[in-house]
Formats: sequence, structure tokens, C-alpha cells
Amino acid sequence: MDAFQWLYSDIVKDHFTNPRNVYDPDRDRDFAPDAEGMVGNIKCGDQMMFMLKISNDIITDVRWKTYGCASAIASTSMLSEVIKGMHIRDAYHIKPQDIATRLGGLPDNKIHCSVLGDKALRAAIDAYLERNGRAGEFKGEEAIVICTCLNITDKDIEEAVKQGARDWHSLQEATKIGTVCGGCRSKAEELLHEFVHIYG
Amino acid sequence: MAVRSVYMDYNATTPLRPEVRNRMVEAMDLYANASSMHEMGRRARAEIERARAAVAALIGTHDPSTVIFTSGGSESNNTVFNTMFLRGRNSQRRKILTTAIEHPCVLNAAAHLKEEGFPVVFLPVDAQGRLDMDAYRAELGPDVLLVSVMAANNEIGTIEDIATIAALAHEHGALVHTDATQAAGKVPVSVEKWGVDYATLSCHKIYGPKGIGALYIRKGAPIEPLIRGGHQEQGIRAGTYNNLGILGFGVAAELALAEVGDYMREVGALRQRLRDLIIARIPNVKINGHPVEVLPNTLNVSFPGAEGEAILLSLDLEGIEVSTGSACASGSLDPSHVLMAIGLGPELAHGSIRFSLGKYTTVEEVDYVADKLPPIIARLRRMSTVSPSLTGQS
Repeated sequence: MDAFQWLYSDIVKDHFTNPRNVYDPDRDRDFAPDAEGMVGNIKCGDQMMFMLKISNDIITDVRWKTYGCASAIASTSMLSEVIKGMHIRDAYHIKPQDIATRLGGLPDNKIHCSVLGDKALRAAIDAYLERNGRAGEFKGEEAIVICTCLNITDKDIEEAVKQGARDWHSLQEATKIGTVCGGCRSKAEELLHEFVHIYG
Repeated sequence: MAVRSVYMDYNATTPLRPEVRNRMVEAMDLYANASSMHEMGRRARAEIERARAAVAALIGTHDPSTVIFTSGGSESNNTVFNTMFLRGRNSQRRKILTTAIEHPCVLNAAAHLKEEGFPVVFLPVDAQGRLDMDAYRAELGPDVLLVSVMAANNEIGTIEDIATIAALAHEHGALVHTDATQAAGKVPVSVEKWGVDYATLSCHKIYGPKGIGALYIRKGAPIEPLIRGGHQEQGIRAGTYNNLGILGFGVAAELALAEVGDYMREVGALRQRLRDLIIARIPNVKINGHPVEVLPNTLNVSFPGAEGEAILLSLDLEGIEVSTGSACASGSLDPSHVLMAIGLGPELAHGSIRFSLGKYTTVEEVDYVADKLPPIIARLRRMSTVSPSLTGQS
């Protein structure tokens, strides 16, 4: 049995050991991106950066950097493959689960904390839109990250409330939100009350 | 499958050494209940008592009756904390002092007492992992029931000054426990010289089987059974004697004591070699733990800019087995509590690797690791958003 199999799929292993489109400080010195986006928090052990070349709203080339675990590296690599040649609007809508599926699955606890690439990608696309006088064009179409440590969105909070979370403690039990730096708590509680008002 | 296996995770557990294995194979037919009065039972009991004497000798006591066998380190630690619960719940003397860097077993047993209303203090340690003696002295008083400080830390290898800690505690009438699980067999252990009331031992860290450990209880120190039942182990620990585990433990303890001098010299030299090679070949590394008062086999290194789980799995692909303080590998959200307690920033803690060597580690294995590691760190750092800074800041 492969030494990796118990932990990650062969696809993850492949992308971890041979990452695609990763920024090389020597070879890519002249890579001039049209937009960059960075998300994540070293406190939680993961940080990601996307650099995009965009022409007529099509992503023509991409580079990325990641500080993170094997699945963070693999998921960013996979995402970079997927978005090449893609319209920025379609790229904007890629979800962590789509990446996890393409990687042949990831452990549940890894999806939240290591698949940050889609957020970095959206940050880059937002920066591109803003630079071109189109700020916020896709906003509202996507989930907004509330807990940046664990990558938990407003949609996740909404779902947890739908499943029965009614207070901060039960929301934490359901999502682990705010268990790293805790900086999102007031914003998250605001949303929690809003959703409890709607669904409670 | 990796082409070879270089095991450098001896603090997690050790392989069964052949002498122990042989003794256990023989002992498989020693099925008699050591509590039975007949000849076979008495023979089993005699073997168990020989093993007990060997374990007593390993931890520096001449009185084997102070040693009881348990299922392992966790049970031994819990037996002590359960005793404190029963003794302290109706007493003014109920304060528990322990450290922030204890094994999760002690941390959680102490946290449970805290939930039960006991005043519990998790004392800070310094940047090398040694107990902050000023903070310790400030917490001592007539209300302290137990001081529990590990003899040596499993993650960074720092050795605590148990003799001084115990003497201070006793000035205030407090009891003293030390978890000597990582110290035994690696450095000299002497419960009598240390003057502790309780000490925890585990067999699988000294090349013996899992599922067997011991608790030293100084003559006269209070103790309550965690597992009640028959009259085995002076009524302190019920349950039919684990002949196989105990006999294996006896051999492992006897050899560990006989070899500890060689172990310190030989494994210590290998650790030094690995440390020197890493420092020479990889820029911006930080060696964690005490520079001198450290286990001869434990080398904990931070590689800022590279994340621990990614390093661990890259080494794993080369057949090298280590562990990391990164949160990503632990299943929890936080990096190692030990590395945070010695004041490492999250980046240094997430980028840490523990190499724990053992009696079967060779120079060739050390050199293999020292060859494979630099390109792994370089590769991860090249793709990193974080520059390899030793301040812990990006």
C-alpha cells in the first residue's frame, strides 16, 4: 500500500510533489500579473497568493504561492490548472468542494482549512475588476469569508443556523468558527443573530 | 512505498527489542494467574516480582513495593490525579500546580480537576522550556496539594530540575508527581534523589510492549485506586496480572538501566551530528529546547517559511518518519502547546519538526536525513508566501 493512501489521494500526492503553475522566484521573475490576491493567516498555518494574467476577461496564465500543508499546496495547484482559459466570472464561482472533488477527495477537516485557493482567486479577480473600474461586479453572487483563519463563510453560518445552531457555542460546535484567533466573533455573531431571526 | 525506512520518531514509540520480544514469546505460555496459590501461580508471581525489582531499579529505588504496574503512562497519571480529586475535594489544601508543557494526559487530568472546582495553575516555562521558578515560587503555599512537573518534555526534550522543584514543594507540605515517561532509559532517573512522591513510567518508550506502564508511589504517600476490584497490587490497581506485558517490561527496564550510559553517549553524538549538519546546510533554522539540559535523542527544529505537515510528508516520501508541531498534522486547529508555551510565534511553531532518535539509529541514517532535508526545505520555501525569517513574523 502506498504510504500516502491513508492520508490523501494519489492526485493530491501528484500535485503536492509536482505542483503546476507554482511561482518560481528565478524563472518567473518577469511574470507580470494583471491582478494579485492573497488570503489566509499564518496563525492558522495557511496562506495563499494568486497572480493572474487576464485578457478580455479570460484568465490566460496564472502563478501562485502557498505557505501551507500538503493539501493546501495540492489544492492550489489543482485550482491553477482548472482556471487557465476560464472566464473570470466562472472562475469566481469555483467552490472548495469542486477542488476537493477534483483531487479525489480530501478529509473533511482539510476542506475548510486548506482549500483557500478559491478565496485567493476571488481576491485577485476583485482586484482586477476594481483596477478596471468594475469594482464589485460579481459581489453578492458569492459567499463572503467571515472567519479567515478557518475559511468559514456567511453561507456556512446560514447553513449551520438552518441545521439548528442558535447561539455562539452551538455555531462553534457546528463550524469551529472563531476558534483560532477569534477576530471574527463580533461580525459572525451579528450574522448569527440575523439568520436566527430568519430561520429560528 | 518508499525505498527505505528511517525511523526518527522514537519519542512517539519504540520498536520491541529482540531481548524483550524473546522473553515475551516465552512468557506466552506462562498463563497462570499470578494471584493463584498453586505452584504455577506462584511461579508467575515470582517472575512478576523480578520484573518489578528491575523497574524499581530503573527509576532509582531499592524498594520494589513502591512500584505498581498499570496499563501505561496515561493510567499512572490519572491514578495520581484521581487521588488528588478524592483527597482534595473536602480539604482546604486542594491547589494543583503543573506546567503548560505537560503531556495532554496530565493537562487534561488537571483541566478536569479545574472543572470540578479545584484551583489549578498551568505554570509558564522559559524560552528553553524550563519551569519558570519565580512563577512557581509565587504560587506555592499551604493550600498546594500537588505539584506535577514532567521530568523531560516529549516534544523539545527539555529536562526539568525535578529535585529542586520537589524540595520547594515539600517545604510547603505539597505532594510531588513527575511524569518520567520520556526521561526513563534516556537519562538517569532517581525518584529517591529527586524526592518525588509519585512518578509515571511507560514501557513502550524503552523498547518494550505497549499497554504496560508503572506508577511509583513513595512509601506513605496517599493513593486511591482508579480501578477497583481484586486485591492485586496492594489493592491499588485491580485486574489480573498482565504476565506478558510485565515480564517484557522487566527485561526492557533491566537493559535500559544497564545501557543508559552508552545510550547517552552514542545517541547524544548522533543528535549532535544531525543538529550540526542541519545548521550547516539549511539557513534560517531554530533549534528548540534547552541547549544543555535536553534529552540526548530529541532534536526539535523550526524551519520558518516551510509548513510542518508539508515537511513531514515530504520526508515520509523519502522513507523518513518524524513528527511535527504544526496544527495541520495534529487534527487540532492550534500548533503545539509546547512550542507556543516556549514563546514561538505561530510561524515557527507551524514549521517545526521533531527528530527523535533511538538506540537503532545509525550514522548512515543521520546522514541520509541530512541529505534529504535541505532540498525539501528549499523547495517548500521557494513556493511559500512567507519569507524564512526567524522572528516568526512574515
